[in-house]
Amino acid sequence: MGGANGATFRGGAGVDHAANGFDPRTLLREFDYGTVSTENGRTVRDWTIRAEDRDIEVAPGVVFPAWTFNGSIPGPTLRATAGDLMRVRFVNDSEHPHTMHFHGIHPAEMDGVPMVGRGIISPGEEFTYTFDAEPFGLHLYHCHVGPLAEHIARGMYGTFIVDPPGGRPPADEMIMVQHGYNTTFDGEGNQLYAVNGIPFVYMNDPIQVRRGELVRIYLVNILEYDPINSFHLHGNFFDYYPTGTRLEPSEFTDTVIQAQGQRGICEIRFPYPGKFMFHAHKSEFADLGWMGFFDVVDGAES
Amino acid sequence: MSTTEESRDAERPMDPDARADAEGPTPAETRTGKSGRVPLWVLVVGLVAVLVAALGGLAAYGGQTLPERLGPPVEELAVERTVIAPGSIELVLRNTGPDPVAVAQVFVNDSYVDFTGADEPIGRLAADTLVLNYPWQDGQPYTVSMLTSTGLVIEHVVDAAVATPEPGFEFLGLMALVGTYVGVLPVLLGMLVLPILRRTSGRVVRVLLALTVGLLAYLALDALLEGLELAALSGGAFGGPVLVFLGAGLAFLALTTVDKVLAGRRPDERDTGSAGMRLAVMIAIGIGLHNLGEGLVIGSAYAVGELALGAALIVGFAAHNTTEGLAIVAPLTTRRPSLWSLVGLGLIAGAPAILGAVIGASVDNAGLSALLFGVGVGAIVQVIIQIVPGLRDRTSGRLLDPAMLGGLGAGVVIMYLTGLLVAA
Repeated sequence: MGGANGATFRGGAGVDHAANGFDPRTLLREFDYGTVSTENGRTVRDWTIRAEDRDIEVAPGVVFPAWTFNGSIPGPTLRATAGDLMRVRFVNDSEHPHTMHFHGIHPAEMDGVPMVGRGIISPGEEFTYTFDAEPFGLHLYHCHVGPLAEHIARGMYGTFIVDPPGGRPPADEMIMVQHGYNTTFDGEGNQLYAVNGIPFVYMNDPIQVRRGELVRIYLVNILEYDPINSFHLHGNFFDYYPTGTRLEPSEFTDTVIQAQGQRGICEIRFPYPGKFMFHAHKSEFADLGWMGFFDVVDGAES
Repeated sequence: MSTTEESRDAERPMDPDARADAEGPTPAETRTGKSGRVPLWVLVVGLVAVLVAALGGLAAYGGQTLPERLGPPVEELAVERTVIAPGSIELVLRNTGPDPVAVAQVFVNDSYVDFTGADEPIGRLAADTLVLNYPWQDGQPYTVSMLTSTGLVIEHVVDAAVATPEPGFEFLGLMALVGTYVGVLPVLLGMLVLPILRRTSGRVVRVLLALTVGLLAYLALDALLEGLELAALSGGAFGGPVLVFLGAGLAFLALTTVDKVLAGRRPDERDTGSAGMRLAVMIAIGIGLHNLGEGLVIGSAYAVGELALGAALIVGFAAHNTTEGLAIVAPLTTRRPSLWSLVGLGLIAGAPAILGAVIGASVDNAGLSALLFGVGVGAIVQVIIQIVPGLRDRTSGRLLDPAMLGGLGAGVVIMYLTGLLVAA
């Protein structure tokens, strides 16, 4: 632990996930398909998402005054199929003005930016963003109120996935949202880097996957204040689908870089059992929290 | 009566009008006619009780009537000492701010590290020690960033990591040797000019005394600046720059007391010889306290690996401090001091450098160093005040003639130039 064995929090400790109200170990594989109904023969999905201010223990003993969607960082992973109608009721329970800006293809008044359509949603107010699920692929949403960087850095982001018609091949699916915490609020880089909310969380609790099974990672970068982020996998290679908008991989690699807002799908099969690291190959980010382990086990176990 | 006492007498108000103004109602007249109604001690005890009760009440209830601080807590930590050992960096922290500080995590050069210590929040003025598990490399710079519970980052920079010397006999012996080289030996060397001085006229001696004042003034200013620089590093928990002036004030008062005690032993002091010896002792004490500070700098610089103990350092300090020996013997031209008394004076002036080097190498506390530098400043200022009356021309009574000014200027310039030789 520590020293030459690499970066760690004090004593290898973790945070109190229960007190935080979300747990990256389960959030990893949580997909929110919304409340499904049918209107005029079309699938409609409804969600309610609340902006909430809350203190989150982002590292053992470090409290971060976050602004969140539904109380977690990242916010919930919304999932629909191409052609569905998506209706997201956004309720602002925060003390600050916010919006929800979705990547994707939609009318201007649903874009969730100030002074366009409904614009800013003030504290106590609400608005329902309605748009078609297109194009299929891997997208994200975040607050778009100024100062933009601060509203994002405070924790107001999440992933939404639009599955292609007929879906993708069955796999062990997970999301990884790469981000950081600028705990000093000076806008000069970050003190903590992570995927799915808590630095080093998958070092302490490796992600268990089965040997030979297809693993699909929905990888998103929303990191604020740093120009790029990257994802590197040990002992293996993966097919990479940038933005997930094509069904053919663009490359077979073990390392990808993403600028803020870029995302892609990684598909992997692990031939060997054991523990394999994954981390930013911007090593500084790795040493500041953005690293974890896969624990590959034989199929009988799970 | 010494010249200093004469000058003090001159400052007393002799104007009869001033005396009359001072004669207001005497304390005796303001008392009530009936003396002893209430014993004085009862009044004192009663007053103290009232004060304690009032302050206690304020502390308990007064604070509740005021709002909390606007804005976030103010978190400040000063690193008082850094110990670098194989595979670890140890920091002795002191909370120099108003609010408790909880060190939650630590990263070194942008990598989180495992560490022990500071399990609980550190209260105001309290100290705690962090031991970081980190594979540092020799000579490399490290930025230690302490991430507090509120997300604030407090940084401490290690300019060049070198293993902190073990405070054993060997190390202390080394520091004593360094102190001897830069303190004791040069001062004794400087005293060798005494036989030459004896053959010179009183005027030359006065010029030499002026030179001494110039030397001392330079040392005082140098120590003041050094002390203030150190005080800035100390985090201000115990006063920062105030520490330098506190040390100076206390040293000044203490040395004045010593001077009075020495003078009191010889109430019939008439011959300038013993007065000269007394002045020499005072100069030696002043310079000794200054050399304590010089030793501190050498010791702490060596301990953090910022000092090459080479010939350049020794020669530089030796040249610098040889002039101090000259300053000590300048008042002794009219008498024949024994060899032992000269050695004694040399030790008074030089030996504190040894003590300083040992303290500096083993304590390495900026606040304490600032205080001790202040002590050196105060001591030297006191000594200058002692010397100045002796500069007066016996016949004309003038203090500053061209020769005197030349001596003063030469003293400053000599110290500046020899200071350039010090490669520390």
